[in-house]
Order: sequence, then structure tokens, then C-alpha cells
Amino acid sequence: MKQQQQQAENAEGAAGKKKKKVTAAQLRVQRDLQELTLGSTMKMTFPNPDDILTFTLTIEPDEGMYKGGAFHFSFVVNQNFPHDPPKVKCTQKIYHPNIDLEGNVCLNILREDWKPVLNLNAVIVGMQFLFLEPNASDPLNKEAADDLRLNREAFKRNVRTSMGGGSVRGVAYERVMR
Amino acid sequence: MASPDAPLRWKHLYKVLTKAGPFSDEDWVPGQETITSLESSKLLVIGAGGLGCEILKNLALSGFKDIHVIDMDTIDISNLNRQFLFRQADIGKPKAEVAAAFVERRVKGVKITPYVGKIQDKDEDYYMQFKIIVCGLDSIEARRWINSTLIGMVDFEDPESLKPLIDGGTEGFKGQARVILPTLSSCIECQLDMHAPRPAVPLCTIATIPRQPQHCIEWAHQIAWQEQRKDDTFDSDDMDHIGWIYSAALERAKQFNIPGITFQMTQGVVKNIIPAIASTNAVIAAATTSEALKIATSCNPYLENYMMYAGEEGVYTYTFEAEKKPDCPVCGNLARNLTVDSNMTLEAFIETLGERPEAQLKKPSMRTEEKTLYQRFPPQLEEQTRHNLKLKLKELIADGQEIAVSDPAYTIDFRFRLAFQ
Repeated sequence: MKQQQQQAENAEGAAGKKKKKVTAAQLRVQRDLQELTLGSTMKMTFPNPDDILTFTLTIEPDEGMYKGGAFHFSFVVNQNFPHDPPKVKCTQKIYHPNIDLEGNVCLNILREDWKPVLNLNAVIVGMQFLFLEPNASDPLNKEAADDLRLNREAFKRNVRTSMGGGSVRGVAYERVMR
Repeated sequence: MASPDAPLRWKHLYKVLTKAGPFSDEDWVPGQETITSLESSKLLVIGAGGLGCEILKNLALSGFKDIHVIDMDTIDISNLNRQFLFRQADIGKPKAEVAAAFVERRVKGVKITPYVGKIQDKDEDYYMQFKIIVCGLDSIEARRWINSTLIGMVDFEDPESLKPLIDGGTEGFKGQARVILPTLSSCIECQLDMHAPRPAVPLCTIATIPRQPQHCIEWAHQIAWQEQRKDDTFDSDDMDHIGWIYSAALERAKQFNIPGITFQMTQGVVKNIIPAIASTNAVIAAATTSEALKIATSCNPYLENYMMYAGEEGVYTYTFEAEKKPDCPVCGNLARNLTVDSNMTLEAFIETLGERPEAQLKKPSMRTEEKTLYQRFPPQLEEQTRHNLKLKLKELIADGQEIAVSDPAYTIDFRFRLAFQ
């Protein structure tokens, strides 16, 4: 009897609670966003401000070989974050040893070295670093990596050509100048 | 009900329940009352797969009479080697329904109520009806969901609202069983870092210097598909898709002189399959069901709170008490009730948060499940949510809805359930 009564009360109380709760992934992203240090070379855009799990990061390097460009990356964080890393892709076709023509990015913490203790800031810092120090030993665009390794000056010229919307080795790249 | 002519089947069970043992609590009263409490306990089993089949069978044979089971999957031919409640004729049918019917047929007097669907389909009222919840899941995401749901249901005025969660998990020869008392003991989210990460090969290895047959399969899956079949969404259950990956991988392996790719290996790599071992499931299911029996009847002390089982090299098992994480985003800070004036603006509400004695939230960002109320950083999002500050709470939030608040001054987040005056 007492149990029944209690159940009835619980049912009443639950009526107001039916609204969904903020998920652990959302909460973690809310916190991660708040703790970002973006600096002047990075901007974020949220196509739907209510969905903080989907956004675009724009990197505008102010030094290095990619200076003057504006590079866009889509970020998709799933509900299993931070167990799963965010999914990051470059939305432009660019000439970069660590980014392939489909926009896949080779950054260790996006894949094999991701840990739940890492946060979005770590990913964003890593992304920025790819433009300051492209890395020929982790090639995803093999031609670009070979160019960088064998002839750094030619590589630099290719970067400028590609950023202006020109072709390198027969591949047409997107214009990405700011 | 136990009657004098109760089948022989329960004889040994009743021995445990009608006589105190060396580990029984001093206050525990063995006998009919205990048996009745076991038989009237309503349990929920989440998952009717490898672990779920074992758990359902074990619970029914442990004397539970009212069991519910929830699973969204249908039976596949590859399940039949270990999911012994299913037969060839059941292929394609929902696991929950077939498993329930099978156990009901074999163990007279047990009632098993199946639900075919996702655990997220059900609300707190549904979960509130059970005494204990036993999980045999293969997904971390589902575990996190049920964990945070059960923690959110706890009402300290009502002990019945605390639902023990018994979680079993296996991966090949390894497994674990844990008992979680929502809000009282370490929860799934507290223990999230303990999961081994999925082993992954660097993308550049896959793209440029494959060394193993698996690298070639990953290449076909991650890179070649995107390049060549951009418009088709890859479906790992579609045999044509797997076939395409298989031949693309073979081609690549030929270029790099890597032998050993098979269709089965392709399927395994793409679906991230770790071979399931029937006896690991049996060991872990046995652990979870005996915990359910002990919690339901109080006949013996239950597991506090984590048992790991390692069967890959000999047999090793170890039990320890995982600790609660003080800054756990799910159980570290429970939702507090807050009565507010629904005509108050969000800006004024934020000001009141800065004056609260237990936590002075000076620079909070906050949201509901569906809405970003105000986010202070990054600047673009601040701009996009700034107009909410002038809106009234009733225009943004429903009565009784929960908001989550983060503030840079605290490493832990806060939840408030807003009730309108």
C-alpha cells in the first residue's frame, strides 16, 4: 500500500522532469569552449548556436608559409565525447602534407593518441601548429610531403600557388586567401 | 510464492534464503519474507545479446519472476554460436522478444516482458518501476545514458528512487562487473577514463606506408570510399559495401606486396569486431546475476564495487572499490531545485547566481538540452546568444526544466532544476 502510494507520488513528480537533461557530452563541450584560448588567428562559427557540438574553426595564420590564408575546418563532436575524439575535416581542397585532398587531417590527438583528458583547446592548438610547421614525416598528401622534404623552397612556392587558387602537379586547389 | 510442493529446482536457492550464512548481515531475516521479496522484485535487463541471454537465463533460474528486457537489435546468423536463446529460424526477429519467449517457455512461472527499441525511448517513469537494473551492453554511449538517467532520478526523500545499476561488460577474454549505487558510489562517468581507448593506426600510415593487411582495409574504408563513392553513405551491414572495401583493399595490398587479406578480416576491421568468447560472457553474466540476487534479498553482502576478469593469460580476477570522482560531470554535482520568477530576465537570473552562497557563479555559461542560453566564450557564440539575456526565463525554459551551468572559477559544473513561482 505504502509502496503504491509512493509510486503514485513519483509519477506525479516525474511529470515535470520529462524534459531532457543536458548530456555529459554537451556539458563537457560547454566547459571546453569556455576554456579556449583562440588568439587573433582563430575564429569559430556556429551554424546553429543551440547546437554547440557542430561548428567551424577558421585558422588565419599570421606567420609561416601559410600566412595570409583562411582555412576552414568542420568539427563534429558526438554524444560519446570525450571518450571519442571530435571529428575534424578541412572543408577546402588545400595543398598541405598532413591534409589530404578530401580534407582528412593527420594529427595524432585526433586519432591514435586521443584521451578523454584532452580537450578542444588541445585539438585547436594542434591544428594551428600544422600550419606553422607542416610535417613531412606524417604525410597524408604524399606529393606535398615529398616536395617539402626534397625542396623546401619549391614547396613554399607551391603553397603560394595553391593558396591563390592555382594548380600544383596537375591538381587544382581552392583559393584560400583572406 | 514458495509452496511445500515447490519444484526441486528451487531447493538450493531456498537453502541460501532461509538460513543465515557466515557473511549475512546480523539484522537480516531469512525465510518466506525474503523469498517473497525476491519473487516480487521487478528487474530490468538492458541488452539481449551475448551477455543478455546469459543474464536472462541466470535471473530466471535464480528465482526472479518479473523481468523486463530491452534491446533494439534483431538476430543475426553470427549470434547463434553463443546467444543460445536464438535458433536459425529466429534470424531477423527482435532479440528481446525471442529471448523473452524462450526463457518463459523453459522456466515455468517467470514472466519476461520484452521491449524492442532504444533505452532512450523510455522516460524516468518507466525506469522508476524497477528495483534493479542489470546491463549487458556493448556500447559506452548507452551505459553513459542509463547512468546519468538513473542518477538524475534519485530523490533523497524517497529511497525507492535509488536504482542499483549492475553493469557487465566483455571484450574477448576480458570482462568486468560493477555495482553502481547512483549518487552514492562511483558511477560510469567517474570511471570513463578507465576504458582502454580503441586502438587506432595513424592516418598517415594508412594513407602512405601500409605495413599490415589491416592498414589496407582501413585505407579502403577511410580514404578510398570517400574519394570514389562520395555520394553513398557507407553501411557496414551492407554486404555489397563490404565487398567493395574488400576488393579495394586487395588491390592496394597487391601494390604494397602485403598478403593475408580475407573477406572476414575486412568485415572485422570495418565493424571493429573483437571476437566474443562465450565463456567470458558466462563468467561476467554470472557475476552480475549473483549481485542482483544479493541486492534483491540482502542474503549476502554485495560487490563493492568493481570486479575485473582477465582470461587472456590463465585466469586472473581482482576486486576493488573504484572511487567517486569529486568533479564527475554526472554525479559530482546533482541538480538542485531552484524556484524562480518566470518573468525574470536571463540577465537578472545570472546575477542571482553570482550571489548564491554555495557557489558564487560570476561568469557562468549555461544551456538546456536543446538550447544554448548564454555562452561567454568563444566571442562568436557570445554574440549569437547575447540577445537571450533580455528575454524572460519563461520564453527560454519550461517549468521544471534542468539547466547546466559552467563557470571558469569552478572545475565542476552545476545543474539547477528551475521551478516557476
